[in-house]
This record gives sequence, structure tokens and C-alpha cells, in this order.
Amino acid sequence: MSRSPLDLYPLSEKASALVRTPGGLGLEDFTVDAALEGRIGPQDLAITPEVLRLQADIARAAGRDTLAANFERAAELTAVPQEMLLDTYELLRPGRAGAAAELRARAQLMRARFNAPLIAALIEEAAEIGEKRGLFTKRF
Amino acid sequence: MAADPTPRWKRVEEWDLRPLRLDSFSEENPEHGFAVFHSPWDPAPGLVLGSGGEIVEMDGRKAADFDILDAFIAAHHLDVAVAPEAMALDSTLVARMLVDVNVPREELERLARGMTPAKLAEVVGRLSMLEATFAYSKMRQRHSPGNQAHVTNAKDDPLQLAADSAIAVGLGFDEIETTMRVAGNAWANALACTVGAAAGRGSTLFQCSIEEAEELKIGLAGLATYAETVSVYGSERSFVDGDDTPWSKTFLTAAYASRGIKARCTSGAGSELLMGFHEKCSVLYLEARCLCLQRGMGVQGTQNGGVDGAPLTASMPGGVRELMAENLIAVWLGLECASGNDTRTSESEVRIGAKITPYLLAGSDLITSGFGSIRAYDNSFNPSLFNAEEMEDYLVLQRDFQADGGLAPVGESAALALRRQAVTALADVLEELGLADTEAGMIESVIHASGSNETETFSPLRTLQISQDIAARGLTALDVVRALARRGHRDMAGNVMAMLRQRVSGDYLQTSAILRDGRVVSAVNDPNRYSGPGTGYQMDEDRWARVKAVRGTISRNHILAGEGNHQAPAGAAQFYPIGEAGPGRDPHEVVIGISPAFGERLHRTTAGHAVTDVLDALTKGILEGGALPRVVRIRHTADTSFLGLTAARLAGSGFGIGIQAKGTAIIHQKDRLPHMNLELFSNAPLVSLDQYRAMGRNAGRMTWGELPEPIIVTNDGQALGARFHPRVALLYAIETEMTDPAATPEEMFFASAERNA
Repeated sequence: MSRSPLDLYPLSEKASALVRTPGGLGLEDFTVDAALEGRIGPQDLAITPEVLRLQADIARAAGRDTLAANFERAAELTAVPQEMLLDTYELLRPGRAGAAAELRARAQLMRARFNAPLIAALIEEAAEIGEKRGLFTKRF
Repeated sequence: MAADPTPRWKRVEEWDLRPLRLDSFSEENPEHGFAVFHSPWDPAPGLVLGSGGEIVEMDGRKAADFDILDAFIAAHHLDVAVAPEAMALDSTLVARMLVDVNVPREELERLARGMTPAKLAEVVGRLSMLEATFAYSKMRQRHSPGNQAHVTNAKDDPLQLAADSAIAVGLGFDEIETTMRVAGNAWANALACTVGAAAGRGSTLFQCSIEEAEELKIGLAGLATYAETVSVYGSERSFVDGDDTPWSKTFLTAAYASRGIKARCTSGAGSELLMGFHEKCSVLYLEARCLCLQRGMGVQGTQNGGVDGAPLTASMPGGVRELMAENLIAVWLGLECASGNDTRTSESEVRIGAKITPYLLAGSDLITSGFGSIRAYDNSFNPSLFNAEEMEDYLVLQRDFQADGGLAPVGESAALALRRQAVTALADVLEELGLADTEAGMIESVIHASGSNETETFSPLRTLQISQDIAARGLTALDVVRALARRGHRDMAGNVMAMLRQRVSGDYLQTSAILRDGRVVSAVNDPNRYSGPGTGYQMDEDRWARVKAVRGTISRNHILAGEGNHQAPAGAAQFYPIGEAGPGRDPHEVVIGISPAFGERLHRTTAGHAVTDVLDALTKGILEGGALPRVVRIRHTADTSFLGLTAARLAGSGFGIGIQAKGTAIIHQKDRLPHMNLELFSNAPLVSLDQYRAMGRNAGRMTWGELPEPIIVTNDGQALGARFHPRVALLYAIETEMTDPAATPEEMFFASAERNA
């Protein structure tokens, strides 16, 4: 019988070897001395797509399919810079995009530049329903 | 002049003055959104699937007419593989399954994934408050309950935030949430709470509640670990007025996770009503839509149970029952639930205590989604259901019900030590990072203050400057770690580091996750598996020992130690035995029978009088009544009636007074039945020395055949049992322990203070 992803949880205790920061550090490197000696930087405070996908597997094995899907979307967003992240959120709010086409263009960008098909699909769904429900009217 | 109005019943005038009368009570009016469990405009539950399994109609609405909520719920919440089975089940049957200990939580969660909002609302509507509470305790996600604190103050003072965060963590809060009076202070708030929360045992989840973009930035800097500002609403127009759509909120939820930040949604009954777009639906149905939406979004949990709309919902008939019902839907859908109780829903302390009780009994992932751990006036979210003022009341409720409400008492000296550690560390960090110099007087003032009215601290402008500098310089939690370590706060630096380590593993993103002693505890590794008595969460011995240790408990040792401290002052009345007591012959003699411990091991009555003063008052009164007092020690009994009867049988007049050390006194007559006394002072804590003197006088006059006016000890309604009974029981045990069934009464020489001088 293969191991269930549930056996890996919590990763920090049961599978810490699977956790690496974007800067390549492991959990054992998170010490006060490492901080004092500058061996750990702001980039190491970020979570990686690999870890988020492991957490998605764990959530799915725990019977939480929608939470798993959220972690998979999050994994895609780790590559999206802060400015673009906030700009895309803003664009999804009512009335920000003047037409569905703006959203579809953003979806395309997400797919092409950030390899984020799940996020792209979410944005396209928003474009379709926004058109149907007239959400592209200016609010301010 | 107007005619005199009809005289009122004074009782009602008294009621008018009670705090309850400040509350508003609204009438049901579904057309205008005032409906709790059901409105005639709520759709009937229903689901029609097409031949390909696509949703054709849901809760009475055709797919072509779906609004944004319907569309999202149909696409992301409903599991069409389960739906036909789940929707076909009779709602009463499902309600019974919710309270059946033999139906596992997982099976009910499976069915919920196939139920529409109207179906979920219909099912929970068939449960009474008691049943919904029980179902909640069975369905909630994490095994061990938890709690969340608000930590804010009216000055946005970072020093006080640090001190109060340390206290919140010390009390056991699993999450702390701050917000600001001035938005620009967000960074100073976040840094201060991060440092304060690292004091003591450290490790708690922390959020800084502000606009999303700023909250993400603060989280990215490692100065916050969770967010619960992802608000959703149950009607399309309130959603759009709230400036979002289900898709924008889904994106935001994923954005938080992508930065390693735990997120939960916020929704609750009454919000659509407050926003003016209720669509004539019941608040429960609208909230059921919110919750299905949240499951569809893939957020791990929710903050619901009215929240800001709780006072409005609680104003309606059955409103408080509705709040529990919507919390139940949340956990039934597999969501972590921070179950509201974060808004003062009443001015009546009775209603406040009653509101929290079911949650305390059932347990909850986070019993309150913000307990005001600070003074109510310092709460920048507005006063919570419970605030620092009522903290000890809450701790005692935990002890009363033997229920873990997530907190445990912290002693005063431990609390001061935590405050000192936190404030000193923050002052050091601010100095080390070149953000501010703190004066020693400020530190002392904040450590000892209860609230911001009492602090001397940074000026508002200075605080704003600190906050702007943190943001402008891009300081992160790593700078905090280094500053703490360089200034000798190595343990606190380690605690902050441990939080950063957790973020990288993503473990606390899972459902109902919190950190306890540096380890993640969630619904994944600590699931609720309640299946009847003998299962489910129970406090272990160590936990219970800490929870029950409220301030000011008493024991036999305390009583005896207190009595030992009481020495009769020089020149006070004295009495000592002078041999066996025989029957008296004087027809006007009144015997005072004192109990075994009276003036022996016990020296004070429950009213606080020295027993010698009481004896003095009685003897003076007897003399005033024209009779002759004699004092006799009775050892074969400590019971007031028998003390009195024994004394009466020894007295030449046949009248006697019996008195216990705690001050309970009686007048008795020799031929009466033991419990048919002539006068009794049963509420000893209320009896004055003058009243003892009057009792003596009455006994004296009885020897002349008079029927004097009985002495009335008035009671204005104090809870004497609550105030005195533990002490009374302990005192009386000391009396009974000193009895000797074979002992005969002893004659006592009694010299009053005057005679003794």
C-alpha cells in the first residue's frame, strides 16, 4: 500500500526534507544565528509552489477537494509578482474592467507569462459571468 | 396641567432602569428582511440535473437566471455525484443524523457537498438550540477548542500593543488580531504585536486587519500570519456593493495562500440587511449561500455567527438560535469556524453570559472571533461580547462548566513579568532599528496600565512616524529577529524565528490550524472524532489544574491561617472556663450557650465582628432587658437550635441564647421543640452588634412574660450563599470537629471590656 499524503503532515515535523525555501534553505536553517549572520534573507520567508502542491495533496487526501484546488491556484500565484497580483485582484473587482475582454486578456497573460492555467480559467469564468450579469459598469 | 397619568406598577418602572432596556428588540417582517429562519420569499430546496449531470435548476431558479452567487455555488460547491442522494433525503431525517452520535462527521460532510443553500438552511432549521449546539460540538473540525483575541488600543500605542499581546498569548489565545484607529499605523501595530506575542511561550497566529493590499504586504514582510478580512455576502447586490465578486475573493484567497498566509472568510447574518440588499430572504438562507460559496472558494475556514450583524440578528425573535444554526452549517461544510461572539450583542450581562454559554459547552475552533482582551474602550473593532472587564467572569465560567474555553488564568506577578518582557523588548527593538527612543517612564506607565487612558507614551504623530519608517525602509520580521537577539532577547528572537519557519512549511494553511508550543495543530492531525460519551475533547489533568486555578479560591488552611492572625486586642473582653455548669435558679436568668470553637479556634463572625464584641453586645442587651446573663460553653453540639435549647434548659428563666462562632444566633425556650425557636439570626453576615444587643434585650424581656417586637435583619438581595457559603462550610466543619458527645456544659467567666479594664 502506498503512503497517503496524510502521513506527511505536518510537513515541518514528518517530512521536513521536502521543504525548501526559494533561496534553497531547509527548515533546519531557520535559526537565530542564521538570521544574525545574514544567511537567511527576505526571499526565504516565501512559500514555494512545491510545498503548496504537497499541501494540496494533503488537503485532498483529507477529503477537502476545494481547499486543495485553492492551494493549487496559490502555487501558480507564487510566481506572480506583488504588483501584478494586486493589479489582477483589482481588475476582478466589480466595474474595474470595462469589458470582459480585459479580463480575458489578463487570463491569457497569466497562462502565457506565469504558466498559471488554473488562475486563467478562474478569470475567464469571471469574465463570462460578468458579461451575463452586467458587472462591467463603472462604479466610480 | 395634564391630568395625572394612570399610576404605573412600580415593578415596571424598576425594569425600565435595567441595562436590558437599552437593547432594541425588533419584530419579524420578512418583506423588509426581518426574518430569521424562514421567509415566505426563501426558495424551497431543489435541484434539477440535466442528462449530462449539468445543473439545470437550483433552489427554484433556472440556470439561465443564476445570479453571481448561484453560478459560483453551482460551479464550485455542489458535487453532482452526491447531490441526487443528498437532496432526496428528508430534511428531518438529516437533522436527526446531525445529532446522532452513530453517524460520523465525515458522512454528514459528504452529504453537505451535495446540498443546496436552501436545503442546508431547512435542515438546521429543524434543530432546537440545544440540538444545534450538540450538533455543533460533534461537527466542529478540530478536536481541541481554541480562542482568538482582539489586541488594540485607542492610541495605537505600540508599547501597549506589545504588553497586551504578551498577555493574550499568556492567557492562551491561539490567534491575536489587531487593527488601527489610524490606517497609517498598521506597520507599527504589526511590529509591536509580533514582538509582544513572542514573549513567554510565544507562538500564536497573528493578523493585522487592514485593506487587502496592505495586509498582503505586511504578511509578506513576515509581520502577520493570517487574514480574516475576506468578506462575502449572501446577495448579489450586497456583494457588488461590498466591492467584490466571488471570483475576486477566490483570487484573493489564493493570493494569501501563495504568500504563506492563512486566510478565512467573514460572513454573518444581518450583513445583507444592514447593506440594504436582503432580497426579502431570511438571514439564515442568505448565510447558507455565503457558506456554500466559501466552501466553493476553497478557503479553509470562516468567521461567522453574525459578527458585525450579530446585534441586529439578536434583536429578532430566535436570533441567537439562528447564530448557532449558521455556525453549524459552517462546520458541517467542513470549514474552520471562528464562531462570532466578537460583538457586544446586549447591554444586559445576563444576555452576554447566556450568549457565550452554548459555545463554551460545545467548544469551537475559535470560540470567539475576537475576545476583547483589552478594555472595551480600547477595542478598535468596537467592544466585543466579552472584554478585559469580564475576563475573570469568563475564566470562572470555564471552571463552572469544566469546559475549556481556550484560556487559563495568569497570576498578577506572572502577568506583570510578561508585560515587562514585552515592553522592554519592543523598546529595545525600536531603538536597535533606529525607529524611536523610549523613555523609562513610558515603559513603567504602560506595564502597569489597564488601558490607554492611563498611559504616558508616544505621541500620535511619533507612532505614525514609526509606522511609516518601518514601511519605507522595508523592514521585515528578520530585522526584528536580529534586533531582539542583539539586545539579549534570545528566546523571543527564537519564537519569532519559529513562526517564520512554520510559514515556509505551509502547515498552518490547512483547516483549523493553530500553533501550540511551536507545533501545528489542525483538523488534519487533530480531527474532531466525537462519537458520544467517553469520546471527544476532554481536558487532561494538567490543563484542568490550570483552567480551574482562578484568583481568590479558599480552603480550610486559608481560614485557619486567617483566624490565627486574629489575636484579641489588649483590654478586650475575656472569657475562660470556671467549672461545670449547673441549672440556674434566678427566674430572670438568661444563659448564652456558646459553640465549641467560639473564641477558641474561631474569633470572628462572618460579618467580621470579634466574637468577644458579640458576646459583650448580647450580655449588655440582656441586662437592659432586666435580666441576668450567664455564659456557658457547650461542647456536645455545634447546632444553633441545640445550643439554644441546651442554654434555655440551664437558665433559671427557661430562656437561652445559642450562638455559633460564625455569628448565627437564636433565642430558645426550654419546653419548645428543637426547631421551634423564638428568634433566629440566620444571615449572620448581615447582623450588626446593635442587633445582637437588641436580641439580648428581647430575651431579657421574655423573662418578664413580655412578647417583644422581633428583630428584623433586613436582606437587600445579596447572594449571601455565593459570598459566604464556602467559608461557612469550612468554619462549621471546624466547630463540628471540636464537638464531644460526652462533654457537659462549662460555666464561663466573662469579663466585658469595661469590667476587664
